[in-house]
Amino acid sequence: MSKIGIPRTLEYFLFFPFWKGFFTELGHEVVVSPVTNKAIVEKGVEEAVNDACIPIKIYHGHVAQLADRVDYLFCPRLVSMRKGGDFGTETFCPKFLGLPDMIRATMENIPPIIDTRIDLKKGKNEMAAVCREIGASLGNQGPEITRAYKRGQALQEQYQALQRQGMLPDEAEERLFKNKTTTPEKTGPKPDLNIALVGYPYAVYDHYINAGLLKLLQKEGGRVFTQEMLTQAQMEREAETLPKNMFWYFSNQVVYGALHYLRRSEIDGIIHVTTFACGPDSMVDRLIEIEAKKRSQKPYLSIMIDEHSGDAGVRTRVEAFLDMLRYRRDKR
Amino acid sequence: MKISFPRMGYSYIAFKWLVENLGHECIVPPEPSKRTLDLGVQHSPEFACIPFKLLTGTYLEVAEMGAELIITSGGMGPCRAGYYWVMHQYLLDELDQNIRVMAFEPPLCDLKDFFQKLYWIKSSSGLSLHAFLQVLKVAWQKLIAIDDVEMRSHELRPLEINRGQTTRTLWKALERLDQADTLEEVETGRLEGLKHLDSIELDRTRRPIKIGIIGEIYVVLEPAANHYIQIMLGEMGVETNRSIYLTTYARTSTIVDLEGDIYAKARPYLNEAPIGGHGANSVGETVLYAEHGFDGVVQLAPFGCIPEIVAKSILPRVSRDLDIPVLTIFIDEQTGKAGVQTRLEAFVDLLERKRISKESRRGR
Ligand code: SF4
Ligand code: SF4
Repeated sequence: MSKIGIPRTLEYFLFFPFWKGFFTELGHEVVVSPVTNKAIVEKGVEEAVNDACIPIKIYHGHVAQLADRVDYLFCPRLVSMRKGGDFGTETFCPKFLGLPDMIRATMENIPPIIDTRIDLKKGKNEMAAVCREIGASLGNQGPEITRAYKRGQALQEQYQALQRQGMLPDEAEERLFKNKTTTPEKTGPKPDLNIALVGYPYAVYDHYINAGLLKLLQKEGGRVFTQEMLTQAQMEREAETLPKNMFWYFSNQVVYGALHYLRRSEIDGIIHVTTFACGPDSMVDRLIEIEAKKRSQKPYLSIMIDEHSGDAGVRTRVEAFLDMLRYRRDKR
Repeated sequence: MKISFPRMGYSYIAFKWLVENLGHECIVPPEPSKRTLDLGVQHSPEFACIPFKLLTGTYLEVAEMGAELIITSGGMGPCRAGYYWVMHQYLLDELDQNIRVMAFEPPLCDLKDFFQKLYWIKSSSGLSLHAFLQVLKVAWQKLIAIDDVEMRSHELRPLEINRGQTTRTLWKALERLDQADTLEEVETGRLEGLKHLDSIELDRTRRPIKIGIIGEIYVVLEPAANHYIQIMLGEMGVETNRSIYLTTYARTSTIVDLEGDIYAKARPYLNEAPIGGHGANSVGETVLYAEHGFDGVVQLAPFGCIPEIVAKSILPRVSRDLDIPVLTIFIDEQTGKAGVQTRLEAFVDLLERKRISKESRRGR
């Protein structure tokens, strides 16, 4: 039995339940780094190459948290999630492609890295193959790997189904792993605005780095819709409407999500959370802004987060935005 | 039709000839200036990379000069460059510029689209297939000739006795190539150019420090974007070898040639390729330059360049393992010539001291 460390950032929000189910079923222990906090951010900024975007820096911080507590660091190389994009060229931002190598080259005293290449566009059996590779490297045998793979898949499907019912990842995760069935009491007033909140999961769902944006929206009477609440088919429909798709999985999800919500009449406004020094976002953000203007009347707000994004700045801008939405609605 | 294209180094000479000989009017993109940059910065997203901004500026300038069509390359990632043309078209439309950006996507992805565009160009030229192919051939030979004389100039410059002579001779050679209209004239221009370069008065006793230039293609190729770094280094007495020329892939006798080879060199440090732009190349090329006995490597990258950041985080390890110093210069709109010069001087100084101590150790 080994201890497997999983950083609570980047692709964590995408498919943590799968890996949790998989490794646990194989008899290993999954250790997750704590939720992002000041110390993690500072450590990350110190460790990572200084020109990196803030999410990559934070990733380094999470790795440092796990380094002396686990036997393996789980840092798979994400190459593709599906055959998507134009001519099946969709992949991940270059920083994901080189992530295990970056960690290895810059950080000292880290445990062995499980850096299996995840390139799912190869075919539908690819995930099972990836699992066999990982399982074998941990000393597990064929049948138990298949069982663990199925367990992971079942959890993942439930996780995604819960999100499609409108649940945020935190809640969905609690429901899955702590068997909580009661929905936590909602604070604040009954929502009277519908806000589409798009952005990379590691920016939208990391409460520290976005200065509590989700909670703030809920407290201020917003009902939040994220791109993870959409089905793949709903996303795909939007892909057709662009002159060309982007090359990065997460970016495409953000763009499709935004375009989808632009169509939905009950959505009052769109917020895009973008991260400081992110390459793809320089294009994603402008594209959504232009398309929002072309395709609808919906107001668009872009919020950039960085290592210093303080509460105050985000709060003022969000409050002003919501006020404006209410004013517009009441005028109509 | 009035056609323009992105400017990268001296390649515009060949592209200009190509456009004109296909029966169109060429709007030659001006060398990026302060104004180009200002225009680009003003109208591009803040975190767009510098090549994007300079091209935005260039496109607005050529639009002003009357260009109706810009022909450029596409690409399928994994980096932003392949999406440039889409974004540029969005931005130009927003600014109500009546100009179209036509991109050639890699034929391997979309053969039909590629041939349709090629066909459009051919039929708009009114040339027969034979004449069309001939024009393409001359333009390609021009590109090769341009690269040949430029390559030679970087070898000779550190040895020149009269400062600036190499650069002046190079420019004369390029002018001559600009005038060439047939395969024969291109070849004569090439040979003459090389001959003139070779007859520059040299001090053969100097032993120049050797530096490999790696990094992102646009800032490596466009001297106006990198403050003429190769000329600057040459005049400091340094021999530079540049990893990227537009005609690199057709060459076999240069240090950096075939791509597969480079990825293999990078693999011990970066087990994935390509990762977009020249990220994986930069890692592999550093290994190659170390193996060829270079004294150091300069990595040129746009500020925020995704693949070069990945490379930069890995290069310290390569540098340590192979004992080859690497200097990374990130270029953005604030980068000034003086700053670059100071950093290069310090770097060259370090390389010189390193060489002396290495040799004295060997002498003992
Ligand atoms: S997509 Fe942006 S934020 Fe995410 S890793 Fe790449 S550069 Fe960083
Ligand atoms: S390789 Fe660098 S400069 Fe080129 S598109 Fe990508 S980020 Fe921009």
